[in-house]
Amino acid sequence: MKRDIILAGVGGQGIISIASIIGFTALQLGLYMKQSEVHGMSQRGGNVQSNLRISDKEIASDLIPLGKADLIISVEPLESLRYLPGLCKDGWVITSTKPYVNITNYPPIDDILKEIKSLPHHIALEAETIAKAAGSVKAANIVILGAASPFLDMAFEKLENAIRFIFRKKGEEITAINLKALHAGRNFTDQNMAN
Amino acid sequence: MQKLLLLGDEAIAQGALDAGLSGIYAYPGTPSTEITEFVQNSRQAFENKVRCSWSANEKTAMEAALGMSYAGKRVMVCMKHVGLNVAADPFMNSAITGANGGMIVVAADDPSMHSSQNEQDSRFFGKFAMIPILEPANQQEAYDMVHYGFDFSEKYKIPVLMRIPTRLAHSRSGVERNTARKQNDIALPDNLRQYVLLPAYARKRYSHLLKEQVKYEEESENSQFNRYIDGDDKSRGIIVCGIAYNYLLENYPERKVPFPVLKIGQYPLPKKMIERMLSECTELLILEDGYPFVEEMIKGFLSDAGKVKGRLDGTIPRDGELNPNIVAFALGIEETKGLDIPALMVNRPPSLCSCCPHIDSFNAINEVMAPFTKGRVFSDIGCYTLGALHPFETINSCVDMGASITMAKGATDAGLVPSIAVIGDSTFSHSGMTGLLDAVNDKSPVTVFILDNKTTAMTGGQDSPCNGKIEDICKGVGVEEAHIHVIRPLKKYHKENVKIINEELAYKGVSVIIPRRECVVNINKRTREKIKKANNI
Repeated sequence: MKRDIILAGVGGQGIISIASIIGFTALQLGLYMKQSEVHGMSQRGGNVQSNLRISDKEIASDLIPLGKADLIISVEPLESLRYLPGLCKDGWVITSTKPYVNITNYPPIDDILKEIKSLPHHIALEAETIAKAAGSVKAANIVILGAASPFLDMAFEKLENAIRFIFRKKGEEITAINLKALHAGRNFTDQNMAN
Repeated sequence: MQKLLLLGDEAIAQGALDAGLSGIYAYPGTPSTEITEFVQNSRQAFENKVRCSWSANEKTAMEAALGMSYAGKRVMVCMKHVGLNVAADPFMNSAITGANGGMIVVAADDPSMHSSQNEQDSRFFGKFAMIPILEPANQQEAYDMVHYGFDFSEKYKIPVLMRIPTRLAHSRSGVERNTARKQNDIALPDNLRQYVLLPAYARKRYSHLLKEQVKYEEESENSQFNRYIDGDDKSRGIIVCGIAYNYLLENYPERKVPFPVLKIGQYPLPKKMIERMLSECTELLILEDGYPFVEEMIKGFLSDAGKVKGRLDGTIPRDGELNPNIVAFALGIEETKGLDIPALMVNRPPSLCSCCPHIDSFNAINEVMAPFTKGRVFSDIGCYTLGALHPFETINSCVDMGASITMAKGATDAGLVPSIAVIGDSTFSHSGMTGLLDAVNDKSPVTVFILDNKTTAMTGGQDSPCNGKIEDICKGVGVEEAHIHVIRPLKKYHKENVKIINEELAYKGVSVIIPRRECVVNINKRTREKIKKANNI
């Protein structure tokens, strides 16, 4: 088993939370993992990415070689396209469609969505709207994680357990919202794949 | 023991705690900050009373560490690569004094300049000082090397440098712990002249250091961290340092490299191993993150320098961090790149947070400076360096910690009046005070802005060493009280602030303006911690 994942977004959007949930699950399953993070200057509203590698064999490099990632999980549509050279031929892009506009030359969103839809394997969803329905816009990153969950090769219950563990500090209500968000994201992909 | 999931930085910190650390000294700097933060948040450190608060700068940190080592205890001092420039004086001389209690200096390099102004390679500093260097390949080695490094330091009574790149500092992986050992008791050096570097004593110490080099080399030949892994294909031998080893292995799915490989994790270089590789292999490929440090040294041995491939002959790019693809290219392995980035892609540079107090400061500065020709604002290192970018484009320099005040002073000396300095509160305490004294002594017509957001923001909100003391420090240095103003950087005070600044700009001496408002990220962080506490966690 091997999953090489590029997590993408803008500083402050919560990609490290996604990484820590998948990472926690991987450890519970006794898998090897490596996760490189971005700290420092680029966290201030710049584009950020994290390389997350999971395997049942020991992992050598902290960085995923170009063209070898199985998944790009992005919480922002423009950012979902930035790391395409990293994705393998049969790889999937799972992304939110809600743009984060903090630059003046942000490309037209319709053009970005057109690019995403031209990719052979993609799941694009309105994560914020779905998260709002689940109880909080802040859970948009967990909706994206739910949408990516069928591709992770990990039992869904294990991800639920990881959310329960990681959000335990924030109280029961927030945990419940995040679990709901995870399910909603999962449902979106399941329906999308069925069609 | 169960594996812990640790950043490279955290693995070093945990390694130090388990190896009997008594104190850690540091000033925050990406990518080294998390080493000290881990110790600050560790229950183990708290229970064992490990000294761990922030120092004013890397020089004071290094000197305090030297003092703790003098007293016989194990100590670590951490900094980013450019921090070692600040600490260079005590660092270089600590090689002459030597250590007593185990002392490890950690320098975190930043190849590709993710968060730095250069990509200098700290191994040169280690060689310059003639002390041993450790360079881990992964998080587990980082953990293990700390214990080894303290033992080495105590065996040979010499500080040891540990060098890591950003990619290891900020990457997480499973780390297995050893049993923790106790701290040292106080024990002064046998010879109380060891640390007295009067020329007559220093000559003896230096000559001792030179003699010890042979022993360090012998240790390197036999170190568990330097391994010669033979291969059948002798058309090429590969010398691979630190984290580059992972990128090499990544290119061989079964982890079997057909060529002889010399994995380096400890310096001085193991000369015999390198000579063996030179004699057995047709060509050498050097893989190292940072400068061509090893490559240059080996080329120095050879009349046929063309035999050595690496950064100097273009086999590997001369700058930037390594990755598996660069290594693949050097090995002639096929490119694996995926789809191209679509043409519509644009850059998304970092920017100041919304509601950041610096925004109001820059708006005020831009207004007062508008009547003058451009290029008169000297700045410094911190979040406010982003004031160089659109939409502010306020600042014209960012060189090293504290250079804003001194460069503005130099520019006024040259006749560029007015010139102003923009520096953060933490950077001011790191290296701004002495420059301010120079300006006062010369009565330089500079206006100094000390942007006080009450924290060290860029590195994640550490305590600022001069918090609550800035006005007193300025007064103490000799700035006249009438020319020290605290202002509130808020839109509603903009007019009032501009008026004060304009008056001080006209003053022909040193004035200090302190726009004071807490960092918004810091406020949010404090609120979150309050909630956590309320939930009893």
